[in-house]
Order: sequence, then C-alpha cells, then structure tokens
Amino acid sequence: MNDHTDKKGVYERFKSFMVRNISLLVVLPSIIFVSVFVYVFIGWTGLVSFSNWNSIAPDLSFNGLQNYIQLFQSFRFQSDIRNMIFFSLLFILGVTLMGQFLAILLEQNIRGKWLFRNIFMFPMAMSFVVTGVAWRWIFNPESGVNIFLQKFGVSPGWYTDTTILPGWSLFKIEFGLPIGLIAVLIAAIWQMTGFSLAMYMAGLSGIPQEVREAALMDGASKWKTYTKVILPQLKPITYGIVLMMLQISLKIFDLVYTMTGSGPNFVTDMPAIYMYEATFKSNFYAEGAAISIVMLFMVMVFVIPYMFRRKEDA
Amino acid sequence: MPRVLANTPVYFILIVMSIIFVSPFYVLIVTALKPFSEVSVLTMWSLPANINFSSFVQAISELAPNLWNSFKMVIPATLISALLGSINGYALSKWKFKGSEVFFNFLLLGMFIPYQSILIPLIQTIDSMGLYNTITGLVLVHIVYGLPMTTLMFRNFYATIPHALIEASQMDGAGFFKTYFKVVFPLSITSFVVVGIWQFTNIWNEFLFAITITGHGQHPVMVALQNLSGSQVVEWNVQMAGALFAAIPTMLIYILAGRFFIKGLLAGSVKG
Repeated sequence: MNDHTDKKGVYERFKSFMVRNISLLVVLPSIIFVSVFVYVFIGWTGLVSFSNWNSIAPDLSFNGLQNYIQLFQSFRFQSDIRNMIFFSLLFILGVTLMGQFLAILLEQNIRGKWLFRNIFMFPMAMSFVVTGVAWRWIFNPESGVNIFLQKFGVSPGWYTDTTILPGWSLFKIEFGLPIGLIAVLIAAIWQMTGFSLAMYMAGLSGIPQEVREAALMDGASKWKTYTKVILPQLKPITYGIVLMMLQISLKIFDLVYTMTGSGPNFVTDMPAIYMYEATFKSNFYAEGAAISIVMLFMVMVFVIPYMFRRKEDA
Repeated sequence: MPRVLANTPVYFILIVMSIIFVSPFYVLIVTALKPFSEVSVLTMWSLPANINFSSFVQAISELAPNLWNSFKMVIPATLISALLGSINGYALSKWKFKGSEVFFNFLLLGMFIPYQSILIPLIQTIDSMGLYNTITGLVLVHIVYGLPMTTLMFRNFYATIPHALIEASQMDGAGFFKTYFKVVFPLSITSFVVVGIWQFTNIWNEFLFAITITGHGQHPVMVALQNLSGSQVVEWNVQMAGALFAAIPTMLIYILAGRFFIKGLLAGSVKG
C-alpha cells in the first residue's frame, strides 16, 4: 500500500471524484426515485397482474394469463376498448381541427386577438372535475342544450343514449360509435382545444411573413397558401399535438368519471374507470393491474416510436 | 374595403365560438347565484331573479377544509418539484456527462405512463412508509411524478442560455453550484414562474392520486367536489357554487398570469 491510504489522500481522491462527477451526482437521486417509482413499480404491477390477488388479502401466487383472458372476454372491457378507440380518434381529430381552424382565424389581423385566445384557452386552466360538473348539467336530457333543441323538435338523450352506430356485432359487444360518447367528446374537445390552439399559434408565428407573401404573389389563393405552404410547415406541431392528446385520451378518467361515469350499458365507460372501480371499489387488484398494463401498452406503442423519431430529428 | 369589414365573417365566427366556449362558465355562475327555490331544469339558462349567495355559503362550509388541504399539498409540491427540475435541467443541459441523454429520456418516459400502472405498488409503498391518507404522501407523489415534466421544462429553457456564459464562469474558477447560483439561477426567474404556475395548476387539478392516496378528511378539494356532486342529496346550485369555489385559485392564476401559463404549455410540449 502506498501513500493514498493516509487520510488526506482518501479525502482528496473523494473530493476530486465528486467534482468530476458532480453533474451525475446531482441528477442521481431523481434517477433513483424515478427508477423505483416508475420502472420498478411497473414491474411490480405486471407481477400483480399475473397473480390471484382478487380480494383484500394480498395473494401473489401465479395465475398465468387468466386475468388477461377473463378481461378480454368480458363485455365491459370489450366495451371499454371500443369506447377508447372512438373517443381517441374523434377527440384528436376535434382538437387538432378546432385548434388549427381558430389559430388560422386569429392570424387574420384580428382586433382583440389575445382576448379571443384567452377565452379559448381558459378551459385548459380548469380541472376536469370542475368542467365535468358543468357539462353534466348542460347535457342533462331534461335541461341544458335540450331546452333550445326542443324548440326544433329534437331532444337527444346525450349520455343516456345507448345506441351504437352502426352496431356491428363483434365478440360480445356491438361495435361502432356509442352515441352516448358524443356529449363527453364535446366536453373534452372544448377543454383541450386551447392546447392545440396555443401550439398552432406559436407555429404560425414561426413561419416568416415573406414565405406567405411570396406564395400570395405567385397568385396562389389564400386557401391554397394555407394548404400548400402553411400546413406542411405545421406538420411537426401536429405530430406533437396528436401525441399529447393521444396520451390524454388513452388515460382519460376524471372528466368521464365526474360527468357520466360508466353510463348505461357501459356506453361511456373507459379502461381507467374500470381499473379504478375494480381495484379500489371491489378489491380485484390483479384484474385492476391487468387493465393498467393494457393501458400502459396502448400508450407506449405510440410514445416510444415518437421518442426515437424525436432523437433522430435532434 | 377596410380591413375590419373584410374580416366580418371571421369576427362573426370568432364571436359565436367565444359564446360557445364561455357558456359552461355562464351556467356555473348563474346557477351558483340562484337560491334552491329558483333552481329548475327548465330555467337553467335564465339569469337569477335576485343574486343570492346562499349556495356559495353552503358550498364553502362543505369544501373549506378540503381547500386548505389542497393548499398544504400544492405549495410544497410545486416549490420542491420546480427546484429539483431546475437543478436537473441545468445538469442535463449545461454539464452533460456520458449517458446524460439516456438519463434524460429515461426520466422523460416517466411523464407518459398512465399512472394506473404504478398505482397499486405506489399505495402499498406509501402505506408502508406510514404516509397513506396524509398530505405528505401526496406531496411526495407529486414531486416524484412531477420531476420528468419540470426537468424537461427547465432543460428546454436552459438550452437557450449561451454556453459561453457557463464557460466564462468556469474560467473564473466557479464550479457546478457557484455557476448555478451566480449565472443560471438569476436568469431563470421567469422560468420558475412558468414552471411554478404549470405545476400549481396541474397538481391543484389532479384527481387520480388525490382520490386513491387520501381518504375522508384528508381529501384535496377536487375529490371533495366530486363527492359533493356525486351525491344525490346535494342541490345542483350548491354543486355549481362548489365547482367555482374549487376553481378559484387556478382561475385567478390564469386571469392574472395567463401569459406564463401558455408559456408553460409550450415549454412542456415535447419538441426536442
């Protein structure tokens, strides 16, 4: 052994190690916490999903794929998957189109542009629970918008309607758009349009005025300028919005839970509601875990490719 | 043709859309200002005959303790997650080390997971730490799951600070922390406001952790509001008043500092 066993040497070596790796050492606690609270916990949930733990007492004995098999065979979960597909598609379509439409309108040298923008974005600052309370009454079949619609002789049942369009029978369920979801969709699009509006407004302001003017000089009509020149430039923004909205819609819980709950015949049920009720109301932990693992897969199928694509762009 | 006139159809659409966007707030406010005797499904859209605060009084008496719980949760969670996000963002953008990009993506992925997929182990862990049904437990949870977002936001902000500033500070012999406090921190005041507002709004409005980690008595205001509106016995003028009451802090922030809220939204969107 040589001289660095003496105290000062050890201390110096320790200090220089700390200084050289300070950045890593600062980030390390966060990495450890996230590793445990995200990655270890996901593994743990996965384990629970293969177990027999379907009562209060924890029971981690192996049950194979039974929970998943039962889940996919159940009427409720099949309904959830259907609702999820139609909800996500229409929600994303609604939010991106509305946001783009409003952003383009606000680009037209509008007086009070910021006031309009602040009005359209206001719902974003609100909790889904708060807006759920308001929307439940607006779409109450005996009240709300139906007071106006009745004057025209229509009176939709909104979230109480159990019709599925077109209602092809598939496995145990009728496949198609559940009409009851439309009320929830309107509320969700209303709430999140502000997000895509802000993104598109930022994107439009990043396109130089000259580009647009050049397009107009060429005799391109306004409409053509937008479709041929502006829209292609907004593509990366649209990707970002679609991803953010997709991960919101695949996880949607509070809005639906407050506004309609599962609905008659599960027409407005969502995997997140099923997971919450199975786990915390009925103590079917393994079943709840299986639902959440399916949800995780649905999100990651979209997020992971996006993150890799992002890396290539950088 | 003057510009304003040429844009008449645009204004028309914008005004109609604004009315549609504001209508849920209109319903909330007019209903909350009516006494129960005046509340009827048929007159939902009409203004109250007299302004009456009795529903607010009742809603506040129901929700005030929960509002206080929410403040006790949101203030420490916001401050700590912002501070940690700032130091992480600084380390990952200005003091890159081998593997720092991998670490960043590793953190970032945590932002996208559905929290249902960690909920069962989380509750078991929180329980074994003795933090189940406590505000402290919720604070811890919001800090950990807020880290990816705050780190991302600060990293995006710090990417705009020129490297030359950091190098100059290093030339003067300043280390990691000295550079942070002398150079980076003073430049991040706006970023702290943006991240703070973003975190405050999200944590205040959060529902899933709140309903599963706390029980009766410790519930933050959003869970109490959901319970209030879910029960059949509570009149809906009181529900609406409760909804407005629970939303006051975030509404105020949006009205006073909406600009920063929008900045946060843009900073948090994953653009690279």
